[in-house]
Amino acid sequence: MAIFLNKESKIIVQGMTGSEGTKHTKRMLASGTKILGGVTPGKGGQSVDIDGTVLPVFNSVVEAVAATGANASVLFVPPKFAKAAVIDAVDAKISLVVVITEGIPVHDTAAFFAYAQSKGTTRLIGPNCPGLISPGLSNVGIIPSDITGRGKIGLVSKSGTLTYQMMYELRDFGFTTAVGIGGDPIIGTTHIDCLRAFQDDPETEAIVMIGEIGGDAEERAAAFIKEYVTKPVVGYVAGFTAPEGKTMGHAGAIVSGSSGTAAGKKDALEAAGVKVGETPSETAAIMRTILKG
Amino acid sequence: MDLFEYQARDLFEAHGVPVLKGAVATTPEAAFTAAQSMGGQTVVKAQVKVGGRGKAGGVKLAENAEAAREKAKVILGMDIKGHIVHKVMIAEAAPIESEYYLAILLDRANRSFLVMASVSGGMEIEEVAHNTPEKLAKVNIDPNVGISTELALEIVRKGGFGPDVDKAVAEVLVTLWKTFVAEDATLVEVNPLVKTSDGKIIALDGKVTLDDNAIFRHADHEALVDHDAADPLEALAKAKDLNYVKLDGEVGIIGNGAGLVMSTLDVVAYAGEKFGGVKPANFLDIGGGASAQVMADGLSIVLGDLAVKSVFVNVFGGITACDAVANGIVQALEMLGAKATKPIVVRLDGNNVIEGRRILNAAAHPLVEQLDTMDGAASRAAELAAK
Repeated sequence: MAIFLNKESKIIVQGMTGSEGTKHTKRMLASGTKILGGVTPGKGGQSVDIDGTVLPVFNSVVEAVAATGANASVLFVPPKFAKAAVIDAVDAKISLVVVITEGIPVHDTAAFFAYAQSKGTTRLIGPNCPGLISPGLSNVGIIPSDITGRGKIGLVSKSGTLTYQMMYELRDFGFTTAVGIGGDPIIGTTHIDCLRAFQDDPETEAIVMIGEIGGDAEERAAAFIKEYVTKPVVGYVAGFTAPEGKTMGHAGAIVSGSSGTAAGKKDALEAAGVKVGETPSETAAIMRTILKG
Repeated sequence: MDLFEYQARDLFEAHGVPVLKGAVATTPEAAFTAAQSMGGQTVVKAQVKVGGRGKAGGVKLAENAEAAREKAKVILGMDIKGHIVHKVMIAEAAPIESEYYLAILLDRANRSFLVMASVSGGMEIEEVAHNTPEKLAKVNIDPNVGISTELALEIVRKGGFGPDVDKAVAEVLVTLWKTFVAEDATLVEVNPLVKTSDGKIIALDGKVTLDDNAIFRHADHEALVDHDAADPLEALAKAKDLNYVKLDGEVGIIGNGAGLVMSTLDVVAYAGEKFGGVKPANFLDIGGGASAQVMADGLSIVLGDLAVKSVFVNVFGGITACDAVANGIVQALEMLGAKATKPIVVRLDGNNVIEGRRILNAAAHPLVEQLDTMDGAASRAAELAAK
């Protein structure tokens, strides 16, 4: 088992004909992901040869699903066109849409998130995220597939590189699924959604949760852990040294007044019984101790 | 991007939100001219992006244009909570009968937008929420539906507005929503919204935050950027398209990915506790493709900070291969030549790390030192900065 993705996930790549789309389609194919085609409005009917795999291009996700039976999509579409692309995927009733694109106006994200919610058939991950990987089964997004293999840890993180770092630190244990949920103020899948899915996944034995400054998602996740999660959760929060009122790289990573601080998040997690590491390596060490019993 | 009050006023006016006459001035003479053209009483208001300016003496009533000039003379240059006043707004004075509150903002927790409306305004909204929660309406807005006149009326009534003003305030709320959407704002706040003694509803003070991600469809927002306030190194970094935030420590930081760089700052600060309390000097995320040029730009900005005593380059190669990063560092140091004078601690891990480390070892640059772990490298960089 894994969460959100499995060996049967059939992927289409929105924006496949762009340079980022082509580069990452190649990587996803190389890691065994089932990619059935791509979507670029206006380029329908063409095909793209990626290292010998010939993939058809469609004008819309609706067309792509009708022709291929795809059930997931990943977006490498520029910010300007992202909203229309997500709405296309939701209209096609795609069950999982992973939005890698960084820099989407938050009004657009709010609109497509509300649209997806109103239809009730699509889970969005991202935007501004690295995607997710179930090592050995499927890899949707840009997470490197060669860091580690299948194992028993579930990982959820706002940050891409901290996801990679943590997978690397715990590479001898491996992961069921690692999900990069993204660093924007509005994201489709939250820490809580992933915690719930990992708790319900029989193969996942323990969970690493990585947060960062901004908003109160970690505090709400802490409340959820207390109420629902019985598996061990180890936490890490980045941004203790971030000054108030400055955006730290991610659009959502900002301390406003006294809210959104790393200290507040760490305290909330610890109050919920989560062991929180001071550094990524200490966090990994705590997880290591737990898994070795 | 947070706007100044006068910019918010201009934006409101452009979208039809009722405001009083206002003009910005950077000299007492300009304040005089503005007040003279308005005639009568005016209010001279310090333009700073921080709350509490009234209490700090940054808002003064002026009986006539001469008085406006004198008040402006006092307020310009004032230090309000660390913000120096470079501009004042000269605004028409109005006879206020009641003060209200209206705001529309991004609601991260509910992943939508939120309207807050209260018949109690003029104070911090947190106070209203605490003292008289029954007078504060908080209503989530579906971004695909927006705020109709009917919904606006429902909201303002919930916020305690009576039949004397509810329709007029609802009309302002609908116009504010249009402004919020049209400008890609993440906050529009009117505090206070006032009723004047002749019964007019007017937005007397406003706060607006615009979404930086939406700048591609708002060419006019570029003109709203306050270039005076930007740190010179931050301005330089922005011109090079680098994500840099100046801090006040001694260890320069360069890394890839926002989360990893934030984490690097923290790890350096912890390590610094053992070395006389040295701290990270900046946040710099060079992103995915760490080319030689990007690395050279990054290094030159970090080394341009005179407080920096050592540099920590922390890269986990995900998509980026460590050999490319190593080549970037080597070429960057060649480009910088004699300008590179501080020790540079490098920690590479991940994609193609063996080749990356080999390249740096082979180059054997006298300033560069490699360590295998993030914690170890942070500690070494802190130690070097403390020397």
